[in-house]
Amino acid sequence: MESDIATEMAAVRPERVVLAPGIDVARRVTGAAATVVVLLVGLLLAFIAWNGIALFRHSGVPILEVFAPVWQPDPTSGETTYGLLPFILGTLGVVSVAAALAAPLSLGLALFMAEVAPPWARRVMQPAMEVFVGIPSVVYGWLGLTVLVPFLAANGKWAGFTSGFSWFAGSLVLALMILPTVSSVAYDSFRAVPPDLRTASLALGTTRWQTIRHLLLPASGAGIVTAIVLGMMRAAGEALAVQMVIGNRPLIPRSLFQPVTTLTAQITLDMGNTVAGETWNEALWTMGLVLVTMSFAAVVLVRLLTRRAGPR
Amino acid sequence: MRTDGLRVAYGSKEVLRGIDLPIAKGKVTALVGPSGCGKTTLLRTLNRLTDLTSTCSVSGIVTIDGEDCMAMDPVLLRRRVGMVFQKPNVFPMSIRENVLYGVKARGNGKTEYAEILESSLRKAVIWDEVKDRLDESALALSGGQQQRVCIARTLATSPEVVLMDEPGASLDPRSTQLLEESILAIRGDFTVVIVTHDIPQAHRVSDFLAFLYDGRVVEFGETRQLFAEPREHATKEYLEGGLVTVPPVGNVAAAAVPVSA
Ligand SMILES: Nc1ncnc2c1ncn2[C@@H]1O[C@H](COP(=O)(O)OP(=O)(O)O)[C@@H](O)[C@H]1O
Ligand SMILES: [Mg+2]
Repeated sequence: MESDIATEMAAVRPERVVLAPGIDVARRVTGAAATVVVLLVGLLLAFIAWNGIALFRHSGVPILEVFAPVWQPDPTSGETTYGLLPFILGTLGVVSVAAALAAPLSLGLALFMAEVAPPWARRVMQPAMEVFVGIPSVVYGWLGLTVLVPFLAANGKWAGFTSGFSWFAGSLVLALMILPTVSSVAYDSFRAVPPDLRTASLALGTTRWQTIRHLLLPASGAGIVTAIVLGMMRAAGEALAVQMVIGNRPLIPRSLFQPVTTLTAQITLDMGNTVAGETWNEALWTMGLVLVTMSFAAVVLVRLLTRRAGPR
Repeated sequence: MRTDGLRVAYGSKEVLRGIDLPIAKGKVTALVGPSGCGKTTLLRTLNRLTDLTSTCSVSGIVTIDGEDCMAMDPVLLRRRVGMVFQKPNVFPMSIRENVLYGVKARGNGKTEYAEILESSLRKAVIWDEVKDRLDESALALSGGQQQRVCIARTLATSPEVVLMDEPGASLDPRSTQLLEESILAIRGDFTVVIVTHDIPQAHRVSDFLAFLYDGRVVEFGETRQLFAEPREHATKEYLEGGLVTVPPVGNVAAAAVPVSA
């Protein structure tokens, strides 16, 4: 494809031929960089995949065992079961609730910034959001651990909280973390709706709210879903902050108010307890592979959505 | 509608400098004049889209059926005064959703959607072209078709007045012809104010004609009359050649044409 463009340019504009050596250098340098990156990503994926299937290939654990609800990886305390279901459901559960908490707030914030806020407010809020994005996750975790968890433990008894470490605490911390990401992607997609269309809508005698509801939200639907999925991907990949507040109990999540765990939290927790080659360690790699597969699915989803929506 | 002593400025730059213009009910009024003379600004003042431009300030009187437009809720005014823009600006939705957009978004409880859809598309002279593809994206239509969908979209909300800002400027001759058919078809049911650079078109579709120059109405009158015997030299020049070599002096009061506002 690149060479097609080059031939075309050469054919249409003969003077380009003189510049060919320059183009060639540029192409070699950028091409090399691109190749290195693609190779690295490929290698990384192959490495994770290869280690991820060691559990089945090397230790002979049946593939379906992964979907068992029990995680008992320690051979010194009885028969082992490498059921990853608690982690998969834990990740999905914690991430979905985080998205459900963050989405309305983020969309509200994005709409406010895109449609309602006067320009000066926009000028203040945009950098503020960037700072928000830059706060390291350990800070969120620390806040969660020192403020949120004790608060829930002290005031949440009526709802069913015992220790405060819980699915809910994990989701709330993640929701805060992804709020700026979701907001800014949604904001961009609102701004991408041409101003002409807003004017056309208002000229039809609609109020600003009706324009938001009937034009802006539908027109940026794909962008909104993309924003939420990107936020969920960020949340699914977060380990530290979640691990600090979630309680880390490898149980099938049943109550928002009880401890659960996630793929990432369990991997970071167990890393130190295992050695390479051990079945337990292999199961951690399998968790990594599951995580990669989940974000791959999310990327594909976003691609499909953005392609179907297309440019206006 | 009518305007009296209408002045509009962007910041300190005065763009309309005292416009007195009667707009006859159920008739087509064409606004012509060189680029930058304030035609678009005048249209946008009539349905208060000027409110959306923060630097824009308006003084003078604009009325609809004797009611003061400036004192009205702009949303209610725009329900009575719809607008078709220079560039076709269909929404990224199906043809059906485009046409029914205003009715549905405003949620006034009407449910005879099918009827509104068909009659609006018919009045915009595009029904036959799209009746079998109502659920396809309006973006897939040609520019000329999109513009007529925009007209249908405006008619569907049943305004009293339809403003059109050079609706044929970016269209091919065939589309322009259909557009003119549409204007002639809705004349009587709607009051139309059309800005156009196409002088023969103004001649064909309009009942009244206003020639604007530099923020003022140089001459206003019945279209036939203005073409037959313009009072101003500049009007004559513009209507004949689209150019003004000797600028008119001062503002000329609207001719004494009997029109009901
Ligand atoms: N939003 C705006 N801000 C500042 N000046 C404007 C704006 N819109 C139009 N103008 C100026 O007002 C004058 C009249 O513009 P316009 O009403 O678009 O004229 P026309 O439609 O007759 O070409 C022009 O000089 C234009 O530059
Ligand atoms: Mg204009």
